[in-house]
Amino acid sequence: MSKEYVTVIGLEVHAELNTQSKIYCSCKNSFGAEVNTQCCPVCMGMPGTLPTLNEQVVASAVKMGYALNCTINPVSKQDRKNYFYPDLPKAYQISQFDIPLCENGYVDIWVDGKEKRIGVTRIHIEEDAGKLIHDNSFAGSLVDFNRCGVPLIEIVSEPDLRSSKEAKAYLDTIKAIVQYIDVSDAKMQEGSIRCDINVSVMEKGSDTFGTRVEMKNVNTFSGAVRAIEYEAARQIAVLEQGGTIEQETRRWDDQKGQNFLLRSKEDAHDYRYFPEPDLQTIVLEESYLSQIKDSIPELPNKKFVRYLADYDLPEDDASLLVASVEKSAFFETLVAFGDVKPKSISNWILGDISRIMNETGKSLDELEIDAKALDALLLMIDQKKISNSAGKTVFEEMLKTKASPEEIVKEKGLLQISDTDALQEIVDQILAANQKSVDDYRNGKTNALGFLVGQCMKASKGKGNPAMMKEMLLSYLENQ
Amino acid sequence: MELYQLTAWELHQKLTTKECSAKEITQSVLGRIEQKEKEIGAYLTLTPDDALAQAKAVDQKLASEEPLSPLAGIPIAIKDNICTKGVKTTCASKILSNFVPPYDATVMEKLNGTDCVYLGKLNMDEFAMGSSTETSFFQKTHNPHNTEYVPGGSSGGSAAAVSAGEAVLALGSDTGGSIRQPSAYCGTVGLKPTYGTVSRYGLVAFASSLDQIGPIGRSVKDVALLYSAICGKDEKDTTSVRRDYPDFAKEIVPSVKGMTIGLSDEYFGEGVSDEVKSAVMKAVDALKEQGAKVVSVSLPSTDQTLAAYYIIASAEASSNLARFDGVKYGYRTKEYASLDEMYEKTRSEGFGDEVKRRIMLGTYVLSSGYYDAYYKKAKFTQKMIQEAFRNAFSSCDLILTPTAPDTAFKIGENIHDQVKMYMNDILTVTVNIAGLPALSVPCGFDTKGLPIGLQMIGPKFSEGLLFNAAACYEELLGGFSAFSALK
Repeated sequence: MSKEYVTVIGLEVHAELNTQSKIYCSCKNSFGAEVNTQCCPVCMGMPGTLPTLNEQVVASAVKMGYALNCTINPVSKQDRKNYFYPDLPKAYQISQFDIPLCENGYVDIWVDGKEKRIGVTRIHIEEDAGKLIHDNSFAGSLVDFNRCGVPLIEIVSEPDLRSSKEAKAYLDTIKAIVQYIDVSDAKMQEGSIRCDINVSVMEKGSDTFGTRVEMKNVNTFSGAVRAIEYEAARQIAVLEQGGTIEQETRRWDDQKGQNFLLRSKEDAHDYRYFPEPDLQTIVLEESYLSQIKDSIPELPNKKFVRYLADYDLPEDDASLLVASVEKSAFFETLVAFGDVKPKSISNWILGDISRIMNETGKSLDELEIDAKALDALLLMIDQKKISNSAGKTVFEEMLKTKASPEEIVKEKGLLQISDTDALQEIVDQILAANQKSVDDYRNGKTNALGFLVGQCMKASKGKGNPAMMKEMLLSYLENQ
Repeated sequence: MELYQLTAWELHQKLTTKECSAKEITQSVLGRIEQKEKEIGAYLTLTPDDALAQAKAVDQKLASEEPLSPLAGIPIAIKDNICTKGVKTTCASKILSNFVPPYDATVMEKLNGTDCVYLGKLNMDEFAMGSSTETSFFQKTHNPHNTEYVPGGSSGGSAAAVSAGEAVLALGSDTGGSIRQPSAYCGTVGLKPTYGTVSRYGLVAFASSLDQIGPIGRSVKDVALLYSAICGKDEKDTTSVRRDYPDFAKEIVPSVKGMTIGLSDEYFGEGVSDEVKSAVMKAVDALKEQGAKVVSVSLPSTDQTLAAYYIIASAEASSNLARFDGVKYGYRTKEYASLDEMYEKTRSEGFGDEVKRRIMLGTYVLSSGYYDAYYKKAKFTQKMIQEAFRNAFSSCDLILTPTAPDTAFKIGENIHDQVKMYMNDILTVTVNIAGLPALSVPCGFDTKGLPIGLQMIGPKFSEGLLFNAAACYEELLGGFSAFSALK
């Protein structure tokens, strides 16, 4: 009988920062430009050129450090990581080795209905390399230097993750946070967030980690899930057959759904790190650090948990709301009025408002919705003064004319009829005119009820209280 | 007296009083180059047409009574590791033999503003690694005092050209003595500035934490003029220092009155020739007579410093020279079957032996498992040396030493004895390790008729003080030009 195993995962996430310019020169930091147009002698590593550190890169990294509860080193340095590759024009990458900007942090992720705390070993800054271009139209390879010197932060986790599901939750959380604090676009399709994965397995109940294997070339989060599951299964199979796991680096091929040996421990690079003599030590003043620390907003992972606890929202609602900085802010503004149930507000924001945002391509800000007016509208619906469908009409009108909901309701005569006698009159009329539907219902075709309610609403010009009319219809259909 | 024999300051006087034109100056120096270059071999690239055009522009300014900078119309030559826009910059290496930079070094941008005249690019040891200019891929440069002898290195082309009158001033670079030692061998004045006072942007890096560009000339005032023109904070070089830089040439006061000169036994020890020792001590005595006080100071042993220097410099060089891989510019091997083979063959064929030796040494000392024993220890030694100099300068204003243990050696004499070659730097490398300024000035000739160099070392940013002391000594000797090979 085979043993039970636990998978142990550590992740190294690389996120490209969204600064205006590159990390060590004034070239534009932009994606998708024509090949070799966003580069200069500095980022192309031409002889005699020198790097100068873009301070915005430090600010963004420190911001991320605080977001992940790290200790920020007030004094840190940059180092050279030496290796040869055609996309690395200096033949070294400027990175941080033994004294990174940020250390010893953590992030809370949400898995299976509860929070789990994942350690963050360090966050450091470094420069991205260029890209090799292979194409059938020419022999050999060409190099595009546009990406050289694009600023990166590398976020290294502790080996605290125990499943591909946890790894996915961690990656989603990191992505949400970098976007929330606006340090990275984190667009996977542009390669602006990517990860290397360390995987090992150990027998259940053991407290000694197995030998870890590093996997490179994982370009999507769903790919990460597949890569982890594949690698864990591979290692377990090796162990089950009495083999041992070698410390090595493997390359993930997402199309094949397999990984392949890239280099063994013996072939591991000796990067010959040493302090970068062309750059000064990074020294950060306390006032500078506290200013950045104070600028960190409530982060999406914490907001999510709070929405569940404080507003009793379903997980789906909470995660959709916190995924957008402006939607969650708007949600909280409306909740703060205290007039309407949070779930009703959430329904509106995630329903009609999101639909209109999608249709018009406008942000919430650009839609210029008056929160107070919307609150008044939602209150009218809540108090059943107008129907939900009338509410939608009012809202569309509000966006167009900026008139108050009260005015629109009055002008369009949308006040909901909740007068029993008036409604009974409509219901009786509809029942009399639709004998076939009545028979259908009584013969078991219960969806005839929906048709009848619709007819009643139509007859009331949308103003009848649908719930009351439905009850009246039912009492007739079931009892007479 | 021919125009090429005059100093920059003298030429500036003649220009402003219209005793001669910039064109005549440039023609005189170009004529001298034509006459001497075959036997000296100082230049790798000559740009006479550009030089004459630049001189013409200066004459036009002069004619329209526009004010001239002191370097306007002065023929200057540039070491071939300083990037010059549109002009080949080879570092005297096969691997960069076809490299034309699309940008100017910051020092060139600064000099462009002075309207000086550029003569061309000067020979050097390959990538500034060497003490004789013999490691140049292209040619040997000969000492103008005796062409059987080396001019020193690595800025051998710079010192030889200035000494021979093939340039009025030159820029060199100094990582471990590369401005001062050739200045001593050729009888010129050379300044290795305080680390961080001259931008390194556009200087092809050898050892980034030690490299400094500096001037070579035939008088203290000329060297001060060129230093003033190139120093200053540069936003493109974060190791350059922001401070007030005075007009050094203007502020020279040729005096040592009230100065305390420090002497250290460590710098007069084994290996330093008797002739050199006595010439240096004679200079010390002369300055004493001018009112200087002399004290003895303690400095760390020179062999310890030399070891630290070769570890740090080689480590940085191994990384700095990695970019010459045949991918982007420079030499690429002709035939290769794989990327690795392209790298290996390009670098094996493109670099000379001395460069390869230092790349291997540097790669070794940075390797995991050796880093602590070598690089880390060397950096620690560097801190101790800096501290020792700080202490020494609490009891003196400047320290006098010989620039090199001996005068120039014969071409080919040391080329197969690396340790002997490295010993040439033993009195100069400390200054780079400590980031200090030092000036080498002539202080006599040996019995073979070769010049002897005196090194003046000061605390950080004390260039002004060094100029004052050197100018005082220069007056005593009746001008340093007499030590050049202008005849």
